[in-house]
Amino acid sequence: MEWLAEIIGAPAAATLWTLAKIVAIVIAVTLSVAYLTLAERKVIGYMQLRLGPNRVGPKGLLQPFADVLKLLVKEIIIPTGANKFLFISAPVLSLMPALAAWAVIPFTDGAVVSNIDAGLLYVLAITSMGVYGVIVAGWASNSKYAFLGAMRSAAQIVAYEIAMGFALVCVLMMSGSLNLSVIVDSQRTAYGLLGWNLLPLLPMFVVYFISAVAETNRAPFDVAEGESEIVAGFHVEYSGTAFAVFFLAEYANMILVSALAALMFLGGWLSPFPFLPDGFFWFAAKVAFLLFCFLWFRATFPRYRYDQIMRLGWKVFIPLTIVWLLLIGVLMRMSWWPW
Amino acid sequence: MMERIRSFFRTFLLFELVKGLMLTGRYFLSPKLTVQFPEEKTPQSPRFRGLHALRRYPNGEERCIACKLCEAVCPALAITIESEKREDNTRRTTRYDIDLTKCIFCGFCEESCPVDSIVETRILEYHGERRGDLVYTKEMLLAIGDRYEEEIAQDRAEDAKYR
Repeated sequence: MEWLAEIIGAPAAATLWTLAKIVAIVIAVTLSVAYLTLAERKVIGYMQLRLGPNRVGPKGLLQPFADVLKLLVKEIIIPTGANKFLFISAPVLSLMPALAAWAVIPFTDGAVVSNIDAGLLYVLAITSMGVYGVIVAGWASNSKYAFLGAMRSAAQIVAYEIAMGFALVCVLMMSGSLNLSVIVDSQRTAYGLLGWNLLPLLPMFVVYFISAVAETNRAPFDVAEGESEIVAGFHVEYSGTAFAVFFLAEYANMILVSALAALMFLGGWLSPFPFLPDGFFWFAAKVAFLLFCFLWFRATFPRYRYDQIMRLGWKVFIPLTIVWLLLIGVLMRMSWWPW
Repeated sequence: MMERIRSFFRTFLLFELVKGLMLTGRYFLSPKLTVQFPEEKTPQSPRFRGLHALRRYPNGEERCIACKLCEAVCPALAITIESEKREDNTRRTTRYDIDLTKCIFCGFCEESCPVDSIVETRILEYHGERRGDLVYTKEMLLAIGDRYEEEIAQDRAEDAKYR
């Protein structure tokens, strides 16, 4: 880094260095998405007593690349009457937030592109932008199925974002900071696993994770896609690369919310046992486990009915989170808090 | 009252959902049933009804006597037969076509045959690349019969006592 600064000057070197970090994260996220799709097919296959893809490459390890190649060489069909500019920009609008939010995620102690104090606020603001991609895609497609899917998705994401936000507010109260690195550090105690936010905030963790599944439009909350009712929902008219970008965004969002859950509730890179060292691999293992849960849910639960989703979001989760918020507030105020 | 309390806690502790997850979790770890097709194959019965064949007697004479029972019984009208008298005054087919795109592999032709000429073999891996490829002519069917006669004869012998 220093030798580079000497050649081209400090500001240019800092820019290049940041750019290199961004490229590294984007490549890592894209590769993770590729192998997440393979893992999804494998895990669901295993749960249905099948083997899943195992022909392309050793044990099917090259399957994601075959899929990507297939999607990239396909034609992008723009429907008659579609708004061409919005139709093309919608997938980008949904992918951009999913990648931009990684800027503040700390992978291990100090390994973060931008260690800003309002990190969590930034993540919430950026991920909320993702819904525009869905709405714009549904509107620009000029198709009733896409439009219905977009409407459903918008209502669902708005409903669950409130519960998700409240669940995260509980974490903020516990750690007293919006900086993600500080939140992780506040979970560092001599008791390892027991010091994490998971234990005192277990109901909030459950609410957060279920809301995260709903936020990312994954089964059993995938009414936005709803294959049996509205074909594929908002991306029904998309093909080729544009579809691939939507696909990438959905899976990148899954990884992102899993990473957030790992940071907020599972102590990020902290080791669960005091006698083992901390490190990036703990973070990776926690994210991998949460992603496995995503796939596990998809293989297990049937899709919720639309009104049931709304009932769960508005009438169960939001009251529950508010009650828990008050409870924690009172406990902390009275200093009855054991942690 | 007790029941309502119990159901309240069951709902909030996600009891049913955890039970469902346990079930899929168990299947995740159990041994898989997949048969890796080209390398592994499932066992076949001697009665398997696959690709058709026309058989010959051991002296090389074709069995078919052009009685057209198979043509008559075929529910899919997949068989077309034309026949004429040969020089030695026996009746033989001049054309015996099976359209495999029509055939439903019911096995009626095999059952109706008085001389065990038309049979269905164990062959299931065949394909056509153009429209006409799956219309099998007499020569093709006889060639299949010649090639797999040993297997065909053995399967018939094994099944004979149940006929």
